[in-house]
Amino acid sequence: MQSTQDMQNLLFLVPLFPLVSSLILLLLHGRLAPIVVALLGVGSMALAAILTLLIGLEFFEQGSTAFQQVLFNWLPIAGASLDFALHLDQLSMVMMGVITGVGWMIHWYAAAYMFGDKDVQRFFVYMNLFIFAMLMLVLGDSLVLLYLGWEGVGLCSFLLIGFWQHDANNVLAAKKAFIVTRVGDTAMMLGLLILFSEFNSLHIATIVNSTVDVPQPTLWLACILLVGGAVGKSAQLPLQTWLPDAMAGPTPVSALIHAATMVTAGVYLIARMHPLFLQVEGILTIVAWIGALTLVMAGIAALAQTDIKRILAYSTMSQIGYMFLGLGALAFDGAIFHLMTHAFFKALLFLTAGSIILKMHHEQNIFKMGGLFRSLPLSSTFLLIGLLALVAFPGSSGFFSKEAILVATYQSHTAGPTLWWLGVLGAFLTSLYSFRLLFIVCFGSANHHLKEGDYSVSSQFVVPLLPLVILAVIGGFIQLNFTQVFGPSAHPHLPLWIEWLPVAVAAVGFVLAWILYFPRKAVETDERQTSALNRFCRDGLGFDWLYQQIFTKPLQFFARVNKSDIVDHFYHFVGWFNFSLNETLVVSQNGKLRWYLCGTLAGCALMLGGLLWLP
Amino acid sequence: MVALSFLIWLPLLCGALAWFTEKKVKGAGNWVTLASLIGILLFSLYLGGLSDLGATSTLSWDWFARFNIHFALLYDGLALLLVVMTLALAILAVAVSWRDIEQQRGFFHFNLMFSVAGIIGVFLAADLFLFFLFWEVMLLPMTALILIWGHENRRYAAIKFFIFTQASSLLMLVAIIALALQHQSQTGELSFNIAELQSLSLSSNLEFWLMLGFFIAFAVKLPMVPLHSWLPDAHTQAPTAGSVLLAGILLKTGAYGLIRIVLPLFPQATMDFAPIAVSLGVISIIYGALMAYSQTDFKRLVAYSSISHMGFVLLALFSWHEVALQGAILTIVAHGISSAALFSMAGMIQHRIHSRELGEMGGMWASAPKMATVTLIFVMAGIGMPGMANFNGELFTLLGSYQVFPVQTIIAALAIIGSAVYGLHLFQRTFQGPANTEVTDLHMREVVYTSLLVVALLYFGLQPHLVLDLSSDTLSTLLNIAKESRP
Repeated sequence: MQSTQDMQNLLFLVPLFPLVSSLILLLLHGRLAPIVVALLGVGSMALAAILTLLIGLEFFEQGSTAFQQVLFNWLPIAGASLDFALHLDQLSMVMMGVITGVGWMIHWYAAAYMFGDKDVQRFFVYMNLFIFAMLMLVLGDSLVLLYLGWEGVGLCSFLLIGFWQHDANNVLAAKKAFIVTRVGDTAMMLGLLILFSEFNSLHIATIVNSTVDVPQPTLWLACILLVGGAVGKSAQLPLQTWLPDAMAGPTPVSALIHAATMVTAGVYLIARMHPLFLQVEGILTIVAWIGALTLVMAGIAALAQTDIKRILAYSTMSQIGYMFLGLGALAFDGAIFHLMTHAFFKALLFLTAGSIILKMHHEQNIFKMGGLFRSLPLSSTFLLIGLLALVAFPGSSGFFSKEAILVATYQSHTAGPTLWWLGVLGAFLTSLYSFRLLFIVCFGSANHHLKEGDYSVSSQFVVPLLPLVILAVIGGFIQLNFTQVFGPSAHPHLPLWIEWLPVAVAAVGFVLAWILYFPRKAVETDERQTSALNRFCRDGLGFDWLYQQIFTKPLQFFARVNKSDIVDHFYHFVGWFNFSLNETLVVSQNGKLRWYLCGTLAGCALMLGGLLWLP
Repeated sequence: MVALSFLIWLPLLCGALAWFTEKKVKGAGNWVTLASLIGILLFSLYLGGLSDLGATSTLSWDWFARFNIHFALLYDGLALLLVVMTLALAILAVAVSWRDIEQQRGFFHFNLMFSVAGIIGVFLAADLFLFFLFWEVMLLPMTALILIWGHENRRYAAIKFFIFTQASSLLMLVAIIALALQHQSQTGELSFNIAELQSLSLSSNLEFWLMLGFFIAFAVKLPMVPLHSWLPDAHTQAPTAGSVLLAGILLKTGAYGLIRIVLPLFPQATMDFAPIAVSLGVISIIYGALMAYSQTDFKRLVAYSSISHMGFVLLALFSWHEVALQGAILTIVAHGISSAALFSMAGMIQHRIHSRELGEMGGMWASAPKMATVTLIFVMAGIGMPGMANFNGELFTLLGSYQVFPVQTIIAALAIIGSAVYGLHLFQRTFQGPANTEVTDLHMREVVYTSLLVVALLYFGLQPHLVLDLSSDTLSTLLNIAKESRP
């Protein structure tokens, strides 16, 4: 067998390519021509993607047996030494494929998008480093290595959101993203502590295959803490607030990090640890509820947005809600399937949006676009294709994966019809906000002052989109096989209406969007006309305000009040007391003989009195 | 082995030499100090690696025979580790103050080397009297460094530093004498030898009070909330070299004292006291993080973050769990590097814009990208980014302590959020946002030593083995003591 694993032995090269490229770009900062930067940044991704393909071919050819590659010993924890080791199985193979494949296309697009930027080299340092960290996250065979990737992608996300760092708003958004996800990370770290104290190991396979009998409450706590980490990274309730603001980053960043890869890390984490979740009563129901509530909440918020990227951000949140719903309904394979198709069509949507924004001279307000089908036919077509996949148009990639989740939800004992109805409601909302976006952006009269000559489509922007277009359309026919990770998948037979109702409500959403939003006359964008409810939804349903009151303000109050450290005041008091005592006693030393005499006599009297009084 | 004592004499001699040459040739002091520090560093490695890296070597001379006081040194893996770290950071201290010091440069170098000698003495002493002597020796030149070359409020800071340390070490002196007398009453002979004192059997009441005497002295150095308030002032007012030595090494002498003296000499009292000490450690972690966020002065912020990080050491040591002890050692090394690195950055910025106020910085990435990048790396190391040294320390500490003190550890883990809050606060206020000021980027000398620091942080992040191997003997001794004294 050894000789036939040629490719798999090169597994370590997949994360190494982007890492090395990132380091080269960092060390030679400012000394490379932009074209060299682009070639290195995109070339390393191409190498990684091609190698992934070769590894994948060999992997599936050999029956998808899991493969382990130990690189070096990392943490000599007493009694539970940890290696820096990669683990390849069906799950990480698919993730690796999505990351390098979609990542390559986005890097390619980004090279064109960012070409004129003076900081393009710094941009690719972060982007390549991100890919490295993301690969560590999905390939790590221990929770600590996973955590390394987890924090690494968080760092890169922070750096890329705040990439245009001269603008204070971008800086603020970056900070918010990092700190909110860090709250989740802390929960995850606590989960790690519990798992380590129960299983005495942080090796994933050791934990999930362990026969140690752990009390249910402890295991429940560990799982809920892991979910805490997952909701932070994946922008689910209640830690979802950072994602819309994260759109401050360059658009390829939103496509790569905040749609296709990083935000789905929470889904990966739960799927990876699923044997643990299966052992705990009720935990998956919580996961399903988180997903269902998020997908409805985000759908409502998406309806009220006016910024094209924020619409897509809420849409991402909502689609990840579906993945969580799938996880909670035991459809782990369905959730990962949706993760993959979502990566295709959401990356396509973001990149297309990026093209449109660029053409509109960085205008992101959809009410200032309009009529783009005539002026930008190709981009508009791509947008349409992406949106159709998003609303799960029958036959498109999103259709198959969303069906798989909803069907499983209906009949799973951890989920059930109530959650299914929420999922259907989500499908309706998805359709409504998608077609609202399409109608306002692509139809009606143009609400901008660009001339025909301003539009030109560069092939650099189109070529990387073509594979994504194709995958968004036919990606649903890719047969994923997770039997070795998740066990045999169930093929339930349900009444026909359950399978088709989501499609029907999507059609209703289309009609409703047509009635409500199809531009018939010039659209009013007057701020005064937006209702309070509209503003409430647009601001993300009040979560930002709430967290501001509960966390940020008290912290800032404390910082303001206690800047000089109250403990120090005590020592100041001691110092002051001594100085005062000194000054008081100095008064008695005045050189007057009668004062001294009086003092001496008083002292004698006091002592004599004391002697007499005390026994 | 006689050569062992050279580790203490050589810095003193070289310091005097640097003072002398600086008087003769202006600017020569830098080179003499640098060369001698590198020489001593190599010498310390040579001594440590004579037979086997980290093998124990000892030295004992009669000193005050009447009181049975010896000039006794012990050089084992842990001591080697800390001595090497001391010398390496002293080199950094010289490098960062290469051009910063304008007046009395010779005397500055003499003081620097004097305190290095004292610190090395503390790490090597095997006799409590000698330990106390060196404890005082390292204090004086450090006070002088703050007092003479410090910033605007240096007098106040130096006096505060001096009083805090003096008052607490007085308690230690009392405890040392009481221990020696106790030894006399039990065996008929005074003794100050740490190894001999271990075999004393103390009544639990006495053991507790003696332990407390040492504990407070070390807790002030560590520093632990609420005995910490000297540190922000001392750090802020000290010259960059002083801050580097203070944060990188001096704080570690407190932790070292706990490892070498408090835990082995008073195991029972330590364990009884552990819940309180651990809680104080957790309070330090959280309060330090909160206070760090409250600051607007670059150095004060880093100073408070040091309090937070050293709280982890306290938590780890008093948990007395194998993994946590490993974590304590890793944190000691990691924090030594990362905080020294951040203080050098503070020094570089202050040298350029003559201010430490975050409000006067901002947007400096545009003019100084190299400086921004290394600062980012140091900040990320400080807030526990995996792959860097500090993360390993925190992870090991949390993993180990959780098994002994779960509630306290969970609260301590909140520092993961806290550190992100103050870390980003620091980084974004200085380097991101609209450009407030323009600075010149790092020049060659600065690039060299900041790169070395980055490499060190990454190396210990990915390969913590060296640190753990060197300290494994000490840790296994501690664990054996724990096994015997646990009921």
